[in-house]
Amino acid sequence: MAGNDIERLINYLSKLPGLGPRSARRAALHMLKRREALMVPLLKALESAAENIKPCATCGNLDTDDPCAICANPERDGSLICVVEEVADLWALERTHSYKGRYHILGGLLSALDGVGPEDLNIAGLITRAGAPEVTEIILAMSATVDGQTTAHFVTDRLKGQDVSITRLAHGVPVGGELDYLDDGTLSAALKARRPL
Amino acid sequence: MSAALSYSDPAYPGPGSAPRLALNRITLSNFRCYQTLRLDPGAGLVVLTGANGAGKTNLLEALSLLSPGRGLRGARLAEISRHPDNNSQTSAPEWAVAAEFATPHGALSIGVGWAEADGERRAVRINGAAASGQTALSEHISMVWLTPAMDRLFVEAPAGRRRFLDRLVFAFDPAHAGRLQAYDKARRERARLLREGRADESWLGALERNMAERAVAIAAARLDLIERLKRAIAEESGSFPRPEIAVRGVIEDWIEQRPALEVEENYRAALERARPEDGDSGSCEGVHRSDLMAKLGVNGPDAEQASTGEQKAILISLILAHGRLLARLKGRVPVLLLDEITAHLDSARRQALFEAIEDLGAQAWLTGTDEALFTPIRQSAQFYSVANGRILKQETHG
Repeated sequence: MAGNDIERLINYLSKLPGLGPRSARRAALHMLKRREALMVPLLKALESAAENIKPCATCGNLDTDDPCAICANPERDGSLICVVEEVADLWALERTHSYKGRYHILGGLLSALDGVGPEDLNIAGLITRAGAPEVTEIILAMSATVDGQTTAHFVTDRLKGQDVSITRLAHGVPVGGELDYLDDGTLSAALKARRPL
Repeated sequence: MSAALSYSDPAYPGPGSAPRLALNRITLSNFRCYQTLRLDPGAGLVVLTGANGAGKTNLLEALSLLSPGRGLRGARLAEISRHPDNNSQTSAPEWAVAAEFATPHGALSIGVGWAEADGERRAVRINGAAASGQTALSEHISMVWLTPAMDRLFVEAPAGRRRFLDRLVFAFDPAHAGRLQAYDKARRERARLLREGRADESWLGALERNMAERAVAIAAARLDLIERLKRAIAEESGSFPRPEIAVRGVIEDWIEQRPALEVEENYRAALERARPEDGDSGSCEGVHRSDLMAKLGVNGPDAEQASTGEQKAILISLILAHGRLLARLKGRVPVLLLDEITAHLDSARRQALFEAIEDLGAQAWLTGTDEALFTPIRQSAQFYSVANGRILKQETHG
């Protein structure tokens, strides 16, 4: 069948999330057919990304500069820190264009069963940042899963005694959602978190 | 409410006043002994007869996988694949179960399937669209089953009774499954931390708060169902017992006496105090140790002391009461999977069971080795004979 180089390429591609062996073969073939238009530019982009992108020493975001563009941006509101699990969550929040504060990326969630403890997460960095005088609010934006909630409780406990208010994202009725189709858990969470109009 | 609407629906002219459910078609592929199978049973009772090992329970298992969980055998998904004959290939072929229902709320199609790449997750499709997880299934259909393994439910360990009770709760409150999983995960995480001697106050405290929030919701949902079931059982007539039921557990007992928020805080504090002992024993108090208690009647003996047939009758009373509750409160009737159901019932109770199922308007699947036991429903039910992975429809006589 295919030669060594192709096999190796397919093998690496198939390790990417969302790609199985079949889609990896298709991707490899697609690139080989478009060598100049796609493969070489991709190669250069990969090389440059591998060399230049690094985590921001302040918040953990990935960028070519350290501090990252968000931490370095003077327009950003330095009194707010939004705590997220991964860079993907930061991207999701940035897509909303409705948050103007800064971020803090934990790099995972606490999970005793998966062997992830507080020392594996960037929690010490958060506590240091929360102590800065300009910071007034920490927003916990972890997923509403067991690990997400455990981590949120944990971070709250660790921030006790600091002069910051701690908030979390609301859980409830999705925008455009019909009440009748909502599960009971979400609905009761929404009821508990109701607010005056 | 929604149940009342369906009464006037000409598409479901059931004999009773209950809404009807019909399974119009079921298709299996590579499922245990069935390479391919298609049945178009429609509404009412379906009787499967055949020798031991003919594949009757396999068909019930396929149906049971249309509801959340691991089905009535609790099997791993890969085990279910039918391995082609004389073939030494090691990978398990993909299997699928697809069903088309007519419900009081309209047509419903459900498909579940598994392929090696899915690991321990099965793909779920509802009305042609991929569903995000198996809990979506419980929004649409309720399955309740009784298997011969459950004949000893009241004699064996509480885990089986707890699972049985929790399945009855899911049918009303689909979020119950998620809460149980979340509680269990937090509990195992806490046990792991204690065992490893990692005395991180904040971490343990976070897990204990998580456990307490979930435990109170779980216990409240169980108590709520028990209360409703009690009322439905009181209305029960006929030759089935009216069992006296209760759920026993630390959290459940507290909730009956105190406000939920207070119980949550008390339980959290109790967990915090119990860390040293729990670290040694590897366990803890909680809703994962609760138990379903049943008595044959108000002053009757405990279920475990009743005869095997009486125990079975108690279980049947419970699922019939549950079915009536579902019909009344959710306008939905369950699919009943009753494996070897006639085994310990006398003829009067068999007759009463058949009548109760027909009143309920449920889609019921009954299996047995002996066709004669189903004589009373010879005219009304559909009979299929099962042998060697094939199913033949029997024409009704007369």
